[in-house]
Amino acid sequence: MAVTKEALDTLARPERARWLQAIADFTWQRPLGAVGAAIVIVMSVVALSAELLAPFDALLTDYEAMLAAPSVKHWLGTDAYGRDVLSRVIYGSRTALIVGLGASFIGATIGALIGVASAYFGGRVDMIVQRIMDVLISFPLIILALAVVAILGTGVFNVVLAIAIPMIPRCARVVRSSALSVREMPYVDAARAAGFTDARIVLRHMLPNVMAPYLIMLTAFLGQAILLEASLSFLGLGVQEPVAAWGLMLRGAAVDFAETAPWMAIFPGVAISLAVFGFNLFGDSLRDALDPRLRTTQ
Amino acid sequence: MTVYIIKRMLMMIPTLLGVAVLIFLLLRVVPGDVVEARYMGQGSQFTSQDLMDIERKKLGLDQPLWKQFTTWMWGIARLDFGLSMWTGSPITEEIKLRFALSLQLAVMATVVATLLAIPLGILAAIKQDTWIDYAVRVFSIAGLAMPSFWLGILMILVMLIVFKWLPPMVFTPFWVNPWDNLAQLIWPALAVGYRYSAVATRMMRSAMLEVLREDYIRTARAKGLWLKLILSRHAMKNAMLPVITVVGLEFAFLLGGLVVTEQVFNLNGLGLLFVEAISHRDYTLTQALVLIVAAVFIFVNFATDIAYAWLDPRIRYR
Repeated sequence: MAVTKEALDTLARPERARWLQAIADFTWQRPLGAVGAAIVIVMSVVALSAELLAPFDALLTDYEAMLAAPSVKHWLGTDAYGRDVLSRVIYGSRTALIVGLGASFIGATIGALIGVASAYFGGRVDMIVQRIMDVLISFPLIILALAVVAILGTGVFNVVLAIAIPMIPRCARVVRSSALSVREMPYVDAARAAGFTDARIVLRHMLPNVMAPYLIMLTAFLGQAILLEASLSFLGLGVQEPVAAWGLMLRGAAVDFAETAPWMAIFPGVAISLAVFGFNLFGDSLRDALDPRLRTTQ
Repeated sequence: MTVYIIKRMLMMIPTLLGVAVLIFLLLRVVPGDVVEARYMGQGSQFTSQDLMDIERKKLGLDQPLWKQFTTWMWGIARLDFGLSMWTGSPITEEIKLRFALSLQLAVMATVVATLLAIPLGILAAIKQDTWIDYAVRVFSIAGLAMPSFWLGILMILVMLIVFKWLPPMVFTPFWVNPWDNLAQLIWPALAVGYRYSAVATRMMRSAMLEVLREDYIRTARAKGLWLKLILSRHAMKNAMLPVITVVGLEFAFLLGGLVVTEQVFNLNGLGLLFVEAISHRDYTLTQALVLIVAAVFIFVNFATDIAYAWLDPRIRYR
């Protein structure tokens, strides 16, 4: 193929402009994904700069203004303790992101490791590992998470683990099926012939080649993890008061006073939905982009 | 086909056994048992160790683990789940009515999900990459994003503020009063069904897109068949397979996994019972519940596999 003028232009273009071009292409080709990415970015910025953005401290109680309706002072009203709902929603994004990212990362990573190792060793090891994964998958997500919370107790870190554990078998299964084909690659044979240890082959040679399914599972988990955290906190078995968390905000007084103070029940739910919506949209288009088999357009 | 079914059936046993062992051990790893849970409220330091030991003996908790496990398994082999450690009444009795409620809710939610998913999925597939397609996709992704318990709270809110009416809060079995029963359960079924329709809608859409590109559809079009007939006779039937799997698996999860929605609508279903059982450290009840939910899941998995093989002969002969 002849070198076209456009190609030379692309090469000559400075690095930054090419980045912008890539973002513009992504936005043009996957508008829904771009919307999702925008939501995710906004949420991350809000979570990182909660101190600057929140008009009040999330824990500040004001007994003069309990259950106050939205006003100029309290944009989204106040809760039963007179705490500013907007500020708690803003600080809640931090909890949601910590739990969402933490749980998905731990769950997907351990799952990927198990999946790759299971595929690499094959035979009896693979059979036994897969049966164990079958057992774990037979529990509904929330039931397993609840059981783990019952064992470990509540609190942010335990919630992260409780959400990560049910995700491990789901990721292990998907990654294993990709790893099975990677195992047959000549470079794995070469590594084996060179006398590398099993651990090195799994970690350095196979794991990097199942990045696509790993990333797909990771992003798919993000939204689910945020939802699950909200559900656990709503049941009172997740993040505990007085930490600002969206699921927790929907609990107790929000339901009791739903008729007189509906803002307490509405806004945290909107925040959860928006966050999960953003992560799902972003994850979906990432999957489309990374997995050629599922590509529908182009 | 018979060989396939038997082979598939035998494969369920080790998985179920694994579930039983796992939940059995998990419960006993946790510090604190039902006796402690009961006396905690009264301050366990005031309860003498002897009394607690007597209680434990009554419940068989002083036995070695393998003996407890074989006793439990032997009971299950005779379809006897034993007595609840917390209430002392037979577990079968405890579960019966709650199972009826959870089952009905799961069926209703599945019906809602299917009624939404199939037409929406087909519509999105025929109108691919138009605004209709985008609207359907956003609708279904939004369903996945909204927690169904929040949707439930919003529904109650709207009924309360706009219609000044609340659904009945006490469960009446369908055969006693079908009207009251439906008036209560239709709302959680809608909230949950909408959420669960999302995955099925996307499945239906992508399966339909794939089928519409097949040769036999082109043939049907070329011979001038109505679009309606092509869709209902040729395309839909073949696109249904993956959708059946998704709906089936979701049904199994619905049965035990609606803990939060049950809380919002004040329903005494299996999910709530599970939370109670776990907080009371009621080993026998928790074990029974987990085993039932897992068994349903594994069985539905099995049934969808069979349905698959039955609908698609190519699988059978592999």
